Amino acid sequence: MRSPKKGARAGRAGAVPYLFLAPAMALFALFMALPIGYTIYLSLRRTKVSGLGLGKGARTEVFAGLANYAAAVGDGELWAGWLRVIAYGALVLALMLGLALVFALMLDAAHVRLARLTRISIFLPYAVPGVAATLMWGFLYLPSLSPFGEHPFLSADLVTFSMANVAVWGGTGFNMLVLYTNLRAVPREYYEAARIDGASELGIALRIKIPILVPSIILTTVFSVIATVQVFTEPTTLRPLTNTISSTWSPLMKVYRDAFVTGDLYSAAATSMVIAGISLVLSFGFLRVVKNRAFGES
Amino acid sequence: MRVNRLAVAAVAILATALSTACSGGSDEPSGQAASQSAAPAGPVKLTYWTWVPNMDKIVTAWNQAHPDIQVTVSKQAGGDDAAAKFLTAAKAGNPPDLVQAEYQMLPSFVAADAVADLKAETAQAKAEFSAGIWGLVTLGTDAVYAVPQDSGPMMLYYRKDLFAKYGIEVPKTWDEYAEAARAVHRKDPKVFLGTFSSKDPGWFAGLSQQAGAQWWSISGDAWKVAVNDEATKKVASYWGGLVKEGVIDGMPYFTPEWNKALNDGRLLTWPSAVWGPGVLSSNAPKAKGKWAIAPLPQWNAGENHSGFWGGSSTAVAAKSPNKAAAAKFATWLNTDPQALGLLIKEGAVYPASTKGAALMTEAPDYFSNQPDFWKQAADIGATARGFTFGPNVGVTYNAYKDAFDKAVAAKSDFAAAVQSMQDATVADMQKSGFTLAQ
Repeated sequence: MRSPKKGARAGRAGAVPYLFLAPAMALFALFMALPIGYTIYLSLRRTKVSGLGLGKGARTEVFAGLANYAAAVGDGELWAGWLRVIAYGALVLALMLGLALVFALMLDAAHVRLARLTRISIFLPYAVPGVAATLMWGFLYLPSLSPFGEHPFLSADLVTFSMANVAVWGGTGFNMLVLYTNLRAVPREYYEAARIDGASELGIALRIKIPILVPSIILTTVFSVIATVQVFTEPTTLRPLTNTISSTWSPLMKVYRDAFVTGDLYSAAATSMVIAGISLVLSFGFLRVVKNRAFGES
Repeated sequence: MRVNRLAVAAVAILATALSTACSGGSDEPSGQAASQSAAPAGPVKLTYWTWVPNMDKIVTAWNQAHPDIQVTVSKQAGGDDAAAKFLTAAKAGNPPDLVQAEYQMLPSFVAADAVADLKAETAQAKAEFSAGIWGLVTLGTDAVYAVPQDSGPMMLYYRKDLFAKYGIEVPKTWDEYAEAARAVHRKDPKVFLGTFSSKDPGWFAGLSQQAGAQWWSISGDAWKVAVNDEATKKVASYWGGLVKEGVIDGMPYFTPEWNKALNDGRLLTWPSAVWGPGVLSSNAPKAKGKWAIAPLPQWNAGENHSGFWGGSSTAVAAKSPNKAAAAKFATWLNTDPQALGLLIKEGAVYPASTKGAALMTEAPDYFSNQPDFWKQAADIGATARGFTFGPNVGVTYNAYKDAFDKAVAAKSDFAAAVQSMQDATVADMQKSGFTLAQ
């Protein structure tokens, strides 16, 4: 008599979590799974034109197998784009996160004057939309308009640095804030104890604050890696101003070009799947490498 | 009292019915039914994607005269982006009814089956256009894919005052142009006679047309691609030589730097199209009244050729449910004298219709120093020759930008850049399965 009742209750309890999950699952299915599925579908197709390709029915969509993937992986321009983005990303990551850490530590140190104002002014560029920021910097870079004099900021040698500068300018504030907030949550007693033991401010920063910050640094690094892999706004906005940025400068620009400039949605779909794959491997690879350090306590 | 109140009510109803009939954009089916019992479905509603300035004003004139066909303008950014947007919308199944289509993009629209054949609806309109312009909307087939709107015959814009200052004559041939480029740059190293823009494939296409290029042609059931023909290679090598020599600059058009150079008098010429005055007046307002036009320099003395840069047509989407109404509007817009007058005045458009020339009387404000501007433009326009555009101009133009970006930056061989345009175009057509002639 008791066991069926128990079973029923367990069954009801089992349904409730799913009920709560349902909205999230529905949204995920609609706006994530479905588009990804459609992209995969498109990536396996191609157009087939007969004759001149003019008029009705001259263009049909056919199954292409993995041909688009083979073409995407075999295109040297995609890998050249990756190399450019890796160089750019290394610059951005090192500078942006380095600066963010230094600023966060400085702001957290007790005796900084005007801390509030400094914090806001460092954070402010993050509020400027990427396109606006890039255009503004673009104008500053153009030799005949630049207030910095006639330097070739957009020449082939310097363009990567100029672009990284825009990203660093825009992103440092956000990362600083993440680290700074984390620092403020640390009990002050740690520092007091360290001071009683004779530690200097620098020693506290290096031996106490940075180790405490490691999980946050990892988090901001993962976010930054993902953002860098997806770099699109800066080069696309700067491109009309200079002849040193090609239409395939970054992998995502190649996807945009294939889909909307040269009208090959299918290749673009395949290339974006390849990019998504690499991006996943990079992010999870990084997390795996640092897993023990970051989440060792949990 | 009662009679009065009834009269007031009747007047009110009548007024509502009238106002909905006049203002046209009726949202209430009841008002529509009262004024138009024959067509209970209400007016046909069309959307129109265009980037012609003030097109909403021109469309208002149509909407007032045609309560049964109401057009709504959706302003676009123009250029390659607008074409990409239209192709994407067509593929997604929700294109606008009408779209502004640049001549070079029309074959791509046709190949994507995105625009309708208007042959039946435009039988009368054909007589309004020159055979050359009409060929751009038929693509040499029996179909008619759009109604021509404007054309862009090319001419040489030059700084009259600075030509006098540096003591140079208006060049009649490209050889003279090269000599002038050297002379100017020698006198002031900061000043250039012109610049080669790696961002404007349409400009380069026009210069190649002038030299007699035929990038695409149809022979039988096959496309012939000759982006690397002798004429094009000649044009490329000419400019490449001057850029390498350092006497022609390499900054792209329509950039802040270019604007500054124009305003500062550091660029003396611009081989451009008839729509140039609009660009100059907004990008180089300081030089108003200092520019003049002349025919493009020629490849051989005594010749008289020009090419086309830009120009567009009004096409009807293949998926539009109201093709006949849309075709009617497109024909009105581009052939009716009232519409042409508005296009000229409000839209700063140089109409493709042969009627248009007679309507262009007053020189553009920016060229008030050259009262015969339109007469000159018409004479030059008569010498312009175009070519058939292929079904993948997007690929060719993108290859132009990438290849010439590199060539200008490195001052390397321009003919090689032309070859990479050809290779990219052919590879893309082969991949899609187009039949190619050898």
